Amino acid sequence: MYKGKRIVAFAVVFCAVVLMPFWANAFGASASSGPEVSTDTPAINQMDEKQCVAQTEYMKSSHMQMLDQWRTDVVRNGSREYTSDSGQVYEKSLDGTCLGCHSNKEEFCDACHDYAGVDLYCWDCHDGSAS
Amino acid sequence: MKIAIPLALTALLAALAWAGTEYLGLQVLFGIVIPYAAVACFVVGFVFRLVRWGKSAVPFRIPTTCGQQKSLPWIKQNKIENPSSFAGVVGRMLLEVLVFRSLFRNTKTEKRGDRLGVGSAKWLWLGALVFHWSFLLVIVRHLRFFVDPVPGFLAGLDGADAFLQVGLPLLYITDFTIVAALTFLFVRRVVVPRVRYLSLPNDFFPLFLIIGIVLVGVAMRYVFRIDLVGVKEMTMGLVTLHPVVVDGVGAIFYVHLFLASALIAYFPFSKLMHAGGIVLSPTRNAANDSRMVRHVNPWNPDVKVHTYAEYEEEYKDKMAKAGLPLDAE
Repeated sequence: MYKGKRIVAFAVVFCAVVLMPFWANAFGASASSGPEVSTDTPAINQMDEKQCVAQTEYMKSSHMQMLDQWRTDVVRNGSREYTSDSGQVYEKSLDGTCLGCHSNKEEFCDACHDYAGVDLYCWDCHDGSAS
Repeated sequence: MKIAIPLALTALLAALAWAGTEYLGLQVLFGIVIPYAAVACFVVGFVFRLVRWGKSAVPFRIPTTCGQQKSLPWIKQNKIENPSSFAGVVGRMLLEVLVFRSLFRNTKTEKRGDRLGVGSAKWLWLGALVFHWSFLLVIVRHLRFFVDPVPGFLAGLDGADAFLQVGLPLLYITDFTIVAALTFLFVRRVVVPRVRYLSLPNDFFPLFLIIGIVLVGVAMRYVFRIDLVGVKEMTMGLVTLHPVVVDGVGAIFYVHLFLASALIAYFPFSKLMHAGGIVLSPTRNAANDSRMVRHVNPWNPDVKVHTYAEYEEEYKDKMAKAGLPLDAE
C-alpha cells in the first residue's frame, strides 16, 4: 500500500473517534439504569389522590412548554389561573405550585436534567425552594 | 425522476420505521438490531474503502499548486499554497479541511453583454461551510445521550448553542443554521440549470436523508415531544452493550434513529466518503518538492538500461571508422 502507514494511522484514528461512545463507557461505571425520580415529599404524601396539573406522560415530555406558556401568561398577560383537565384550578407559579408539591428539587428536577445533560435557566432567577 | 426516486426512497425508509414501530411492534429491530448493524457497516465499510483506495497506483508526486514554488532565495515562496515541507502540507490540509480553501476559489463564468466575465462565487463555499460545521456541532451535541454523567464541556457546548434562549425547549443556533444551509444546498441543485443537469440520484439521496434526519430531529425537539429520559436509557444501553427497549418512546424517535442508521450504513458506498479522502488526496497532501527530492515509483520494475557509455564501448570501432567523435577520447 502506497503511504500505507499514514492510511492505517488515519483508519485507526477514525475508528477511535467514531467508536468513542463505546470505549468511553467501556471503562466507566456499569450500565446505568436511568435516573431515580422521587415524588416522596410531605406535600405529595398528604394528597389523597396523587395527581399533577396534567397527565404524567405529558408532564414528562412537555413540562417545559407548559412552564414557558405559564411564564408568558403571567408576565405578559397577567393571567394567573390554570384550569387542569380535571377542572381543578391552580396558580400558574413555579415556586408556589410546582415546587409546592415537588419540594425535593435535587431528587426530582435535577435527577433527569443531570442525566440528560439539560442546561436550563430556571434557577438563574428562582432559587429552587418553594415560596 | 432523479429527484423523485431518492425522495420517495427517503420517505419510504421513514414510513417503514414509523409503521414498524407504531403498528408492528418491531422496536427491537429498529432500536437495537439495525443501529448495531449500521455502525458495523459504517466502520468496516469505511476502513475497507480506505484500504482499497490505498492499494491503487500513485506513480507520481502530483500536488496541485496555487502559489509561488520554492525557488531562488530572493523569490518569496507561498508556503501554504505551494508547500515544500511537511509543516506547509499540514497548514494547507488544515485550511482545506477546516475552512474548505479550494472551494473558496470557486469561480463563476458568465456572459456579460457580449463579453465573458469570470467572477468569484462564494455562495457554495458558504453553504457548505455552514452545513458541515453545523452538522459537526449537532453530532457532538448528541454525545450527551451516550455518556453518563454528561461531562462539563458538552453541557457548555449545549448552553453556548442555545444561548439566544428563544422558546422552550431552547432553540439551538445550529438547528437553525443546518436547516438553512441544507435548504440552500438543495435549492441550488434544483434551481441552477447547470448544477441540476449535473446532479444525480446519488447526489440527492444523501441530501434527502440528512434533511429527513434533521427535520425529524427538529420536529421531535420543538413540536412532538418525546420521553427524553427513555431515549437516553436506550442509547446508553446501546453503547454499554446492554441494549434495552424502553416502552412509550414515540415512533418519531425510531424514524430519526432509522434514517440516521440508513445514512451511516450508506456512507461507505456513497460520495460521502470524501471524508476519508484526507490522506488519499495526493494533489493536496503531497509536498511540492519534486525538484529537491527524487521520487522513484515504488513498484517500478528493474529496467535493463543500455547507457550511452556502454553503447559507445560496443560500437567504438565502427564509430571511429566513420569518423564520429567519441566521448572516451
